[in-house]
Amino acid sequence: MEKLPYERPYIKKLTPGVMNKFGSHSGAQPFKYIDGIQVTKLIEAYGSPLFVVSESQIRRNYRSAYRAFSTRYPKVQFAWSYKTNYLNAVCQIFHSEGSWAEVVSGFEYRKALGNGVVGNKIIFNGPSKSKEDLMLAIENDSLIHIDNLEELNLLIALSENLTDKPRVAIRVNMDTGIFPAWDRFGFNYENGEAWNALTKVVSSGKLQLTGLHCHIGTYIQSTSAFGIAATKLADLALRCKTILNQTIEYLDLGGGFPSMNTLKGAYLPGTDTLPSIDDFAEEICNKLINSDFAPNELPLLILESGRALIDDAGYLLGTVLANKRLADGKRATVVDFGVNILFTSFWYDHQISPAQDFLPHTENMAIYGPLCMNIDVIRENINLPLLNPGDHLVVHKVGAYNMTQWMQFITLRPAVVLIDEQRNIHLIKAAETLDYIEENENVPGHLKAK
Amino acid sequence: MKIKKNIATSENGFVFNPATGDSFSGNAMASVILLAMKNGVNTTEIKADILKKYDVSVAQLDRDWEDWVIQLKEANLLELELNHGN
Ligand SMILES: Cc1ncc(COP(=O)(O)O)c(C=O)c1O
Repeated sequence: MEKLPYERPYIKKLTPGVMNKFGSHSGAQPFKYIDGIQVTKLIEAYGSPLFVVSESQIRRNYRSAYRAFSTRYPKVQFAWSYKTNYLNAVCQIFHSEGSWAEVVSGFEYRKALGNGVVGNKIIFNGPSKSKEDLMLAIENDSLIHIDNLEELNLLIALSENLTDKPRVAIRVNMDTGIFPAWDRFGFNYENGEAWNALTKVVSSGKLQLTGLHCHIGTYIQSTSAFGIAATKLADLALRCKTILNQTIEYLDLGGGFPSMNTLKGAYLPGTDTLPSIDDFAEEICNKLINSDFAPNELPLLILESGRALIDDAGYLLGTVLANKRLADGKRATVVDFGVNILFTSFWYDHQISPAQDFLPHTENMAIYGPLCMNIDVIRENINLPLLNPGDHLVVHKVGAYNMTQWMQFITLRPAVVLIDEQRNIHLIKAAETLDYIEENENVPGHLKAK
Repeated sequence: MKIKKNIATSENGFVFNPATGDSFSGNAMASVILLAMKNGVNTTEIKADILKKYDVSVAQLDRDWEDWVIQLKEANLLELELNHGN
């Protein structure tokens, strides 16, 4: 006789009067397949925890973002923000769709070259570019976005004896009505610093002022902030033309569109409250088209969107290790992935689904990672069905920043697999090994194990 | 270990404690166990019956049983037993 499915016995006190008026369901649905591949099979083959990236989802995201802008504006170019996810396979998907590379360090710059991106399609941002980095970027005719006066002076000095002027933009920071204003990067618009820098670039006679850049923040929930940014960059560009007699070829509005994750403390899920890429595109393109550029002189519009294009293409699979009751009677579930590989759990309430069928009862619980540290909290509160040790979980929308900001701490970082459009599975980063971690360590002779 | 006598349970997992006015909803497993407990079946027998009918290991059931007892205590549904005899 086949046995009945078992579920941990569980009772929940009924508290009248606190029903959620929005009637949203508990959210827990078994999530057994990613792009048609069984979650359990992936864990069997590649271990747990495991990051999974969907190529189809990346391409869908890219194409709909590109469409949102290109149907509203004549000249649009995306540049993939490497820091968001610089696994080479991921970068190559964006490049194959037509994305340039947007990098913020010499390390990322060399990664982009390694991925075959031609120099003049690499945008070099960031406050820390060494002399060697700058010389490499100049040689490759890359677009250098100047962050500060020291960098500007260094560039002028490096260009002293060059025949071709390096192509540069300045990064502009500004008040767009949102808090915090990222005024630590680039030159300020309101206090005239940006204008002074532009004047200095042009009057040096050594650099070719090609563009203007801003990146006003990340996970920005207001379209109007982008409208203000577009208006201010357009104003600077028009002044460059009339006062400095310098045509600005492109305006780079940076990244910052939100992904559909839910911010911690938000009352409603992100999917219900956030503007779509189309809303942002509408605002930005309207402002540019209605500014004083002659219709045939509209600058190229560059976007460096990161999280909005990759977050929902990434999943983290994991396994339940243990259950416990906390001192106050609340349930806690311990899982095999910690905040060291799921950095974004510090600011998102990530959606988590069981990967197998379950019976209908749910319980409010905390989800803790395996790092013997009090801060290792994946979710403080989540309603999930009763989970048993060995059950698998799927964390959604983890594609942005986790696979670059992950930390190696007391365990090894897991593998990453890509599911391609034909549903083939590719190991795009193998799990770390102890040997790999210790490869560059050295124990002095007198301390070696005897 | 006994459930308080005056506790009302229903087959679909609804539990009512008339002494406190608290009500609880339980899952299917909880209703099975509560019903057996109300009928005076002892722990050993209840566990044996579950192991026979349900897809669960002894270790897992023992583990969950401890948690179950904590839940019952917290919900104030257990008869106080002063003489454990151990
Ligand atoms: C200069 C620059 N461009 C683009 C991005 C990508 O931002 P997001 O992921 O918010 O789109 C960042 C991220 O901080 C950035 O610093």
